[in-house]
Amino acid sequence: MDRPHSFTEYIFLTAAVCSGLLTAAVFLFLLIFSLPLLQNGELTDLLLSSWAPDKGMYGIYPMLMASLTLACLSLVISFPLSLGCSFVISALAPARLRRFLLSMVRLMTGIPTVVYSFAALFLLVPFMRNILGHGSGMSILTAAPVLALLIAPTMIIFFVGSFEKVPLSATLAVDALGGNPIQKLLYVMIPQAWPGIINGVLLGFGRAMGDTMISLMLAGNSVSAFNSLSQSARSLTAHIALVMAFDFDSMEFKSIFVCGLLLYIFTAILMLLLRMSTLCLSGKR
Amino acid sequence: MIRRLIEGSLILFSWAAGLLLTLAFLTLVGFLLQKGGTSLGVNLIFGDTAPLDALLLRQQVFDGLFPAIIGTLLLIAGSMLIAIPLGIAAGIYMAEYCRGRVKTFFSLLFDILAGVPSIIVGLAGLSLTIFLHRSFSAQISTSLLISCLSLALLVLPYLIRTTQTALESIDPLIRMTAPALGASRLQNIIRVLLPNSISEIGSGIILATGRCAEDTAVIMLTGAVASAGLPRSIFSQYEALPFYIYYISSQYSGPDELRRGFGAAILLILLCAGLLLTALWMQRRLKTILLYR
Repeated sequence: MDRPHSFTEYIFLTAAVCSGLLTAAVFLFLLIFSLPLLQNGELTDLLLSSWAPDKGMYGIYPMLMASLTLACLSLVISFPLSLGCSFVISALAPARLRRFLLSMVRLMTGIPTVVYSFAALFLLVPFMRNILGHGSGMSILTAAPVLALLIAPTMIIFFVGSFEKVPLSATLAVDALGGNPIQKLLYVMIPQAWPGIINGVLLGFGRAMGDTMISLMLAGNSVSAFNSLSQSARSLTAHIALVMAFDFDSMEFKSIFVCGLLLYIFTAILMLLLRMSTLCLSGKR
Repeated sequence: MIRRLIEGSLILFSWAAGLLLTLAFLTLVGFLLQKGGTSLGVNLIFGDTAPLDALLLRQQVFDGLFPAIIGTLLLIAGSMLIAIPLGIAAGIYMAEYCRGRVKTFFSLLFDILAGVPSIIVGLAGLSLTIFLHRSFSAQISTSLLISCLSLALLVLPYLIRTTQTALESIDPLIRMTAPALGASRLQNIIRVLLPNSISEIGSGIILATGRCAEDTAVIMLTGAVASAGLPRSIFSQYEALPFYIYYISSQYSGPDELRRGFGAAILLILLCAGLLLTALWMQRRLKTILLYR
């Protein structure tokens, strides 16, 4: 890097460095507060044991599993839906419908998650209670579809964006050869756009892991390990949100910083993966 | 033959997926509107207090959404006041000055910050509070200021990225003209590049505002409470719309409170959707308005 030339450049540099430092500061705060737990209990112990504060066990294994299950399940629901929807938007629908669908998807990105979960709490939860026939109706199965609805717009916008980047010469060639829209999509656009599809899925998975309100309000928050999807569970993010009631010096409170640290590291790895797949894409072309 | 079958079923499936998603979204929103539509009105916001008295701060509002709305507006104003200058300056640095390895490193950092779940940002705000509480004064606790700082951190990477991409996507012809005529780098940025990308930066700012308005996870860890009235200073706790919705969902005591919860949900949707539409409109219109003024 060349040395800054002027006073104003120093100002801009300072702003960038400050923002970078803030990213590091978040990590450091999490690390410092979770150090006591990382030092005296082994990390694997913490990750693999269950949560029983009365027995002195502060393992976050059930929450970790709940988070992963919820995110995977919502991805399984949302991925085909989003892919289908992005097909409709980028190839199948007439121009007017295309614009309408795209603006609806954009609007969906702006709906607050707390509103989604509030509506689902009074619509989906009673419905699930009737179907399951036991419990409160709050379970992994209740939260996953709502989470799927939350991450769908992220993925759709990404998919549509990567379909749009397919070179015009390729799509025009299909038209010239007499291919119909679905053949164009299937044999030309998807093979060209798959790195974008992978990026969209990664981002959607990250959003699903990181969302707090939906799992907090709809998944039931039980701390015990779950055996089936129709049981109540507590995700890492909900665990962080719920521990506020404890005293600041307690081990319970310190354990939520381990959850935070875990989520932070997960995000960092995800972003590295995204970066690598983007590099693959640009290296290939 | 098999190919034909696959193609046909894919078409069918895609339309079904699009329809299902649209229906799911419309059902949720329609349900909210149907449940909360009746509660919309002056009464929802001000309760039994006369609106003018409440607005002039002569009387406290106890059974309306007024304190929550004011809290949300203060949150937005405070966090954007912190985030906008920092974000835009850092974005300018990324686009105009930063090169090579440093740029890759910084953009990875900002990507990570953008991807960090909001509850982690809230947790960082909470640990900052505990840190200040222990090392400086026992009177420091979670407050409006801490929430504003955390929310600013939440939207900061977003502002940096919008500014950066807006500046980088400017036509090289426009970028070169002013320096060729003898303008300095800073003059070029302030007189040419920023005005040219104002619509993208502006819509980015508005989208970030929407993010501040909707986020619940950050404020529930950093000082939002169920009943605080209007915040007396930036060091006191406050009410906010999203937290009110969350609180009502678990603690409502009767149909009246529940109706107010639905009303709050509709207000929040209107606020966020309004901001979003403004941002989209701005991207398209602002440039032309500025050009033909």
